[in-house]
Amino acid sequence: MNILSMFVLVPVLTIIGILFGKELKHTRTIAAIGMSVQVILAGILIYMFVAERKAGNVEEMIFIKDFVWFKALNFHYTVGVDGISVAMLALTSIIIFTGVFTSWEVGDLHKEFFISLIILATGVFGFFISIDLFTMFLFYEVAVIPMYLLIGIWGSGKKEYSAMKLTLMLMAGSALLVVGLLGIYFNSAPEGGPLTMNILEIAKVKIPLDVQKFLFPFLFIGFGVLGALFPFHTWSPDGHASAPTAVSMLHAGVLMKLGGYGAFRVAMYLLPDAALELGWIFLILTGISVVYGAFGAIMQKDLKYINAYSSVSHCGLILFGLLMMNKTAMNGAIIQMISHGIMTALFFALIGMIYGRTHTRMIHEMGGLMKVIPFLGVAYVIGGLASLGLPGLSGFVAEMMIFVGSFQHPDLFHRVLTIFAISAIVITAVYILRVVGILLLGPIKNDHYLELKDAKWWERLSIVTLLLFIALIGLFPYYITELIGVSLDPIVGKFLMIN
Amino acid sequence: MQLENFLLMRHELLLIVIALLALVFELFFDKKNKQIVIPIMLSLFAVYTIVGFFPHTTGEIFGGMFVSQDVHVLIKNILNVGVLIILIQSVAWLKKEENEDRITEFFLLLFSTLIGMFFMISAGDFLMFYIGLELATIPLAALAAFDRIKRHSAEAGIKLILSSALSSGILLFGISIFYGISGSIYFTDIAVGITTATPLFALGLIFFFAGMAFKLSLVPFHLWTADVYEGAPISITSYLSVISKGAVIFAFTMILYKVFFQFAGLWQNVVYVLSVLTMTVGNLFALRQNNLKRFLAFSSIAQAGFLMLGLISADNLGSSSIIYFVLIYIFSNLGAFGVVAAISNVTNKENMSDYKGLYRTNPKYSLIMMLALFSLAGIPPVAGFFGKFFLFTAAAKGGYYWLVFIAVLNATISLYYYLLVVKAMFVDKNENPIATIKSDGYTKLGLAICTIGIFLIGLYSPVFDLIQIIVDKF
Repeated sequence: MNILSMFVLVPVLTIIGILFGKELKHTRTIAAIGMSVQVILAGILIYMFVAERKAGNVEEMIFIKDFVWFKALNFHYTVGVDGISVAMLALTSIIIFTGVFTSWEVGDLHKEFFISLIILATGVFGFFISIDLFTMFLFYEVAVIPMYLLIGIWGSGKKEYSAMKLTLMLMAGSALLVVGLLGIYFNSAPEGGPLTMNILEIAKVKIPLDVQKFLFPFLFIGFGVLGALFPFHTWSPDGHASAPTAVSMLHAGVLMKLGGYGAFRVAMYLLPDAALELGWIFLILTGISVVYGAFGAIMQKDLKYINAYSSVSHCGLILFGLLMMNKTAMNGAIIQMISHGIMTALFFALIGMIYGRTHTRMIHEMGGLMKVIPFLGVAYVIGGLASLGLPGLSGFVAEMMIFVGSFQHPDLFHRVLTIFAISAIVITAVYILRVVGILLLGPIKNDHYLELKDAKWWERLSIVTLLLFIALIGLFPYYITELIGVSLDPIVGKFLMIN
Repeated sequence: MQLENFLLMRHELLLIVIALLALVFELFFDKKNKQIVIPIMLSLFAVYTIVGFFPHTTGEIFGGMFVSQDVHVLIKNILNVGVLIILIQSVAWLKKEENEDRITEFFLLLFSTLIGMFFMISAGDFLMFYIGLELATIPLAALAAFDRIKRHSAEAGIKLILSSALSSGILLFGISIFYGISGSIYFTDIAVGITTATPLFALGLIFFFAGMAFKLSLVPFHLWTADVYEGAPISITSYLSVISKGAVIFAFTMILYKVFFQFAGLWQNVVYVLSVLTMTVGNLFALRQNNLKRFLAFSSIAQAGFLMLGLISADNLGSSSIIYFVLIYIFSNLGAFGVVAAISNVTNKENMSDYKGLYRTNPKYSLIMMLALFSLAGIPPVAGFFGKFFLFTAAAKGGYYWLVFIAVLNATISLYYYLLVVKAMFVDKNENPIATIKSDGYTKLGLAICTIGIFLIGLYSPVFDLIQIIVDKF
């Protein structure tokens, strides 16, 4: 069995296992075991991948397994990974692992909750291992639809509205994707021969420029909707705010990265000429995302909304870095994906835990929490510092690389945009420090807060795991750039070739 | 003509035998134990369905009036499977007191329409085609009016017979124009005989299209659909929306591809417009429905619009994706109708608002309903995703990217109203939801078949490959 297919098989087996569980105790244990296996698998995969690269395997994708699926149309089930997808798989496994632990005490319909959550994760894992566009798209849709149930049933606030909005907007995004993918498929063999959906083979083909220019907006916006590209981000604050904790974590942490990953792996990699020609339009939009998201976060009073808007800002930065189309910035963008994934998962986990204790998410109703729940408080501060880009933590590395990369462009347009986007860092500092000040410091506002208990063991486990990775990425970014750097070469090479 | 040539009509002949047997049984069982007819008919039909898959010969008889190629046999088998599921699902309804004395009639009428559809599919000329179509339609009107005690049912019957009479008239007028131009009613002669697209021919084509659009309930010829679907008994509604629609689209596709292939440029425009109108209007009306039968009626109108995407590509991929989609559609739609029927049989409730909180009391029915609706909406990993994606592929192959885009946007709109049902079942709270339902083995069997089909047909790719191979041979 190919190690990559295991990433899909293990969640499916876990789901089957959960079906047999009766009580919450059983289902959560089975879910936890299954997702621990995923983390171990991710570890093994990284080890095998590094060993393979060290042994001199310079193929673009390794561990490739190929099965013909629909023979008549030449659709395959093809899996394979490069450094970037390995990193994304590791990220996903960490976040779903911690997500299971933060939902340790989910009340109503626990069985259905864990099943939907793991279906969602299955889609994400499948998406990152696929290198056939058809399989990729299939997994993408698998990841989107359980969100409706997860938010609709277990969410809070105006959950029905948010769930419907999120699902429909993402599905409309995939409407764009269908057109783009089919367009690529029917242009994948200009000299005759069988049409293909295989990314590696399409990358060798030169698709005519006018076709590329027609298809690029479909694909980039289609993935951009999921990556919270302005003005298609409006599902994100509502969706995140209404979702239950683990779902917010998984969604902001991983699912939004699907957008960024798809945007460069499909839209930019397969349609490089169009990316160069039309990239500037989207660069402006992502610049707006970055600054707008930060301003949005300042204005909010609800903790989840603050974090949701900050996600819009940070995910905008991912697309911003990718569209700079040079190695440093793209490298930064990938690290930003991982860093933001872990950071935002940490935030949502903490917010969920605080909400579970105080029963409010309005920052003005809280205060002095550091004195009663110091563990959660300290974790919140560390997360906040990472988010505003303190050196030594993951956020700094990512943002630094993105901005250094974008400043390498000598022309006025890129310079102005870069400065514009950098201003978001200052705004980020404002809203993070403001929240920390109001929420954690100062006098205790409500007497019943004195009785609050600090984190339980499962909560500590998920928080510590996430904090660990934030620090690791911040202190040793070298290993990650090493992992993903080589894999960027073929993609960056496409843009250099054209220049 | 040799005797074994009759074996080409194997499906039709066997069906006639079964229908006649039903009449014979009517004589032997008195009123008390008439219900025995149900299992007998079911098992006969099941055996016949299996026999349909046996190896067969191909060819034509009656001087080309009746054609049976691999693709015809495939289509008939697909429809047989659908009818078998419908029969299984109708048992609970047939056993009700008010239907006691009319069990034989039900089978007789249903089999007659099926025979008609098979002759229509295998037709080699317009005469056979038309006779088959009429034989398929008239018993259906009787079936739609089957619930004698309900006024809605009688209204459905009248509406169906009037609108189909009108559409048959229009269709015949179109056919007579083709005859006038080419001097023949045989498909092969017409394909050769009409070489230029004269205005007269275009007129004939429009009449032909209008007639077929009535049968397929394409917008703007859809107005009869919702009332008929709502009024007719659920078994008949599912038969109308799945089998009848499937048979007509097959016949329509074959005529367009075989007879009018050289005028593809002409009718593709018509299909384009019909497709966009049908999808959009069907969806917009489905948004506002509360009665689930009406809701599924409009959703099936929208689904017919998606089918037009396969039609427009005018090549083998188009016809194979249509066949594949109909196969999936049979299982998904019958899954949804099966749940509606099971609940309606016990509680007489058919409204979406009654379904609130259904998951808490009837988790299995809710899950099957959700899967069926997701399949109709085209959400992976259930089969509907594959069906829709291949239809889109077929249309994109013809270069109709904008049509694909409109179609996928429509699929998103359709997802909204399918999710409304899911929301009612799973999310909404209800003080007194429908109590836990006990249904008989037949209902469960029918739903189980649908569920397996919904999962298997998509993920198990040899199904599509087989269809593609058979279509390529044709």
